[in-house]
Amino acid sequence: MAKKENSKPAEKMVFNVGAVIYEPGSTIKNKTGGWRAMKPKIDQAKCIKCGICWANCPDMSVKKNEKGEFEIDYDYCKGCGICANECPVKAILMEIEKK
Amino acid sequence: MIRGLPEEEYFAPGHRACAGCGGALALRHVLKATGKNIVVVQATGCMEVVSSPYPETSWRVPWLHVAFETAAPTASGVARALKTQGKEDVKVVAFGGDGATFDIGFGGISGTFERNENIMYVCNENGAYMNTGMQRSSATPFGASASTMPAGKKIPGKKELKKPVALILAAHNAPYVATASVCDLNDINRKVKKAMAIKGPTYIEINSPCPTGWYCDSAKAIEVARLAMQTRIAPMYEIENGKVTITHDITEPKPVEEYLKAQGRFKHLSPEQIKEIQGQVDKEWAKLKKLQDAGCEL
Repeated sequence: MAKKENSKPAEKMVFNVGAVIYEPGSTIKNKTGGWRAMKPKIDQAKCIKCGICWANCPDMSVKKNEKGEFEIDYDYCKGCGICANECPVKAILMEIEKK
Repeated sequence: MIRGLPEEEYFAPGHRACAGCGGALALRHVLKATGKNIVVVQATGCMEVVSSPYPETSWRVPWLHVAFETAAPTASGVARALKTQGKEDVKVVAFGGDGATFDIGFGGISGTFERNENIMYVCNENGAYMNTGMQRSSATPFGASASTMPAGKKIPGKKELKKPVALILAAHNAPYVATASVCDLNDINRKVKKAMAIKGPTYIEINSPCPTGWYCDSAKAIEVARLAMQTRIAPMYEIENGKVTITHDITEPKPVEEYLKAQGRFKHLSPEQIKEIQGQVDKEWAKLKKLQDAGCEL
């Protein structure tokens, strides 16, 4: 019986490494802020600093600064409006994005 | 800590989920609760596609993408490998959407739970195959229109009920099974922490709104999820060693109409159909209540 030419012993088998990404959280390179049609604006005078906007943001785009105030990270905010809708004191207003 | 939730983010921004995505919010809060000492195994689906556009990733924890049906079996393999290496403090978390959990991967999940593997399975339940274009899944609610069975003159929306996967997995003698919703993030935190501490297969189903597939305003996503809870459409309960506890007891439910009217996928419903849905919801709630009050093991 002729030996198949392409058959290799098991120890010589090479497995190709699939798609491996070595840099965790690297989507931060992708600024999704460009998707925005509506822009949220926090009225700091009205804000009671409850953090509901921070907790409910699907894009991790509400941040707390050193003063303890919440602010929007416009690099990633997609303008979904959840923060404005959930705000208990209506301190966040959605404006039309001007580009 | 803000509002009792950790400030660390293990899910990075810049992911490609639609604006107002409930699934991305659910993932973010599950990872906040688990911390970084985990290995994530994820089935194909929206949350996999949006979080790993090669060569980028949104994950800040070890993460594996596997075929649609193999999240739970792969997770059991990873868990066993970690056990062999003596790294039993690392928990393996499998993620899947409702397509991967209710339909395609269901056999694998059932096997994993039957073998009593030490993994936590989190299902992001939004009621259709949203990633490929809102096709019907067995989690699609009764009456909803989906792209593979659009409501029209002959078909009045989905004619079948949602598969009760949480109850089915509890019937596998799982130590912990729970349903949650993105309308209560602290509850997700509590339930995930509870599941993390349990050895054995645990399952958490998170009801998360999909503004694109539900045809609702992205700003109202969380509001619609809250309506699902308040109308008893998405009951939130946990089953510990077979004992059912309703964690969010809705004593004065809103009519289901309020939830249905907020979404385009239900806009075709006639008053009779809405009445039928109300009847089903009341029946399901009564069943859960009975299970809870009887106190017997499922």
